Amino acid sequence: MVLVFAETVKGGFKKAAFEAVTYGAKTAAVLGTDCAAVVLGEADNAGQLGEYGASKVYQLKSDHLANFDSQVYTAAIAGAADKIGASVVILSHSSTGKSLMGRLAARMKAGAVAAVNAVPTNDGSFKVRKPVFSGKAFATYEVSADKKVLSVMGNSIQPEATGAAVAVESLDVDVPAPRVRVKEVKRVEGVVPLPEAELVVSAGRGMKGPDNWGIIEELATVMGATTACSRPVADSDWRPHHEHVGQTGVAIRPNLYIAIGISGAIQHLAGVNSSKTIVVINKDPEAPFFKAADYGVVADLFDVVPRLTESLKKFKAS
Amino acid sequence: MKLLVCVSRVPDTTTKITFKDGGATFNTDGVKYILNPYDEWYALVRAIELKEQLGGTVTAIHVGPAANDTDIRKALAIGADNAVRINAEASSPAFVATQIAAHAKAEGYDIVFTGKETINYNNSSVGAMLAELLDMPFVSYGTHMDVAGNTATITRDIEGGAEVVEVDTPFVVSASKGMAEQRIPNMRGIMMAKRKPLKVVEPAAFEETEKAVHYELPPAKTGVKLVDPENMDELVRLLHEEAKAI
Repeated sequence: MVLVFAETVKGGFKKAAFEAVTYGAKTAAVLGTDCAAVVLGEADNAGQLGEYGASKVYQLKSDHLANFDSQVYTAAIAGAADKIGASVVILSHSSTGKSLMGRLAARMKAGAVAAVNAVPTNDGSFKVRKPVFSGKAFATYEVSADKKVLSVMGNSIQPEATGAAVAVESLDVDVPAPRVRVKEVKRVEGVVPLPEAELVVSAGRGMKGPDNWGIIEELATVMGATTACSRPVADSDWRPHHEHVGQTGVAIRPNLYIAIGISGAIQHLAGVNSSKTIVVINKDPEAPFFKAADYGVVADLFDVVPRLTESLKKFKAS
Repeated sequence: MKLLVCVSRVPDTTTKITFKDGGATFNTDGVKYILNPYDEWYALVRAIELKEQLGGTVTAIHVGPAANDTDIRKALAIGADNAVRINAEASSPAFVATQIAAHAKAEGYDIVFTGKETINYNNSSVGAMLAELLDMPFVSYGTHMDVAGNTATITRDIEGGAEVVEVDTPFVVSASKGMAEQRIPNMRGIMMAKRKPLKVVEPAAFEETEKAVHYELPPAKTGVKLVDPENMDELVRLLHEEAKAI
């Protein structure tokens, strides 16, 4: 049995949860077994996970699950895996999943591969692929342990809702009290977080200063995209640190990455080169980023970005 | 406070990654190594700041062969008081966590620091594994941490925001950008580092659960299609019809 931990935010499922269940169902098919999903705490309509391939959905309810504590969640997921006899556990490679992964693997004495970006193969040995060197390369791992824990890289699989909703069952699992006390949660509302974003508009030093970001924000708003930036921009406090994408920032793989006024240093490319389509806007035709791009515009960004925004507005209206 | 900082050694961020033996192994020829930035810039420096504020000791621990002693000396030059090197190649997160836990169990550290991830294998796993093996709470992706008495208040990154948590010692924390500012070792630090104790420990028994069997580079882009800056309608059309991105 494959068990997927489906993450929720304020009782709603993240896209990453549907991706993980889809990945879990495909992994179960490779292994010739079934896929179950577990939900921790409150969730609206947990049964919908059946549509993405879970044949069983379990929900654990406890006051101890109200906030994330890696120890509590590990006990709950490992307990659920034990109860239903699951030998493979799938997590999302989100901040929650990443904080659980190592702990769960150590608890279950499992082999662990983080940030997998392809469905495993199982021809005599269990193999799965992940990006390494911050996206500069891929590695295929062979997992020899009987038990396995994998975390699925965001946007590496499309959620497929081809099945039907299933009944939600409860499981009797011991959930210990948290030792980490959550005092405050600050979420930026109305913005898709970078690791989950399908459309990203990113800008660099070519912007010349923080006061010029209006044209970037307008483009992002028209597209429904999330804004990002290069390291020098975050280091100069032109933009908040959480917007920094690259090797020492956030690694992302959106469907579309528009890089504006970013030269494309190797460290920046490492964090974004898994993006499906890359557009580079730079006035320097020699900027290394053009070599990694699908589409390029050699022009002054202050001229061309507002024009791109206008063209997109026309496209959206048509 | 008795503080332990786990430091890893990784290829410099500017390294061009290549493989040899048909993709079986990472080609280390000409690769320059550095301390993992998250370990050095944020975890180590914040530990040193806390020691300066509250007293105590900072121990840097590293899993690696004797050739890595120069990197460990850098951690001592920045301000760690002493260091431990587990004498083995860091073959997997589970191996590293097992070795560090074997050392830490007997020592009674108040806070164990790691960087949020290494920039070579990006697993982000060692901190959580250590916490499990040591039966300690784990707070990941800390961007700010204050300690008063035996309680720490930590701001941590979550998707699309931040969370403020409290946790009592002992615990494990992984450090993200923002927790401290990089410190460049000065000449006095470098001289003192030569005399600071560096203990070498042989590894504990361990059975590997997974290993990398093949490496490959991402497929190269086929070439950029340049679009006339005067015709952004065309770029929008290409993104919609050809790339199907919007």
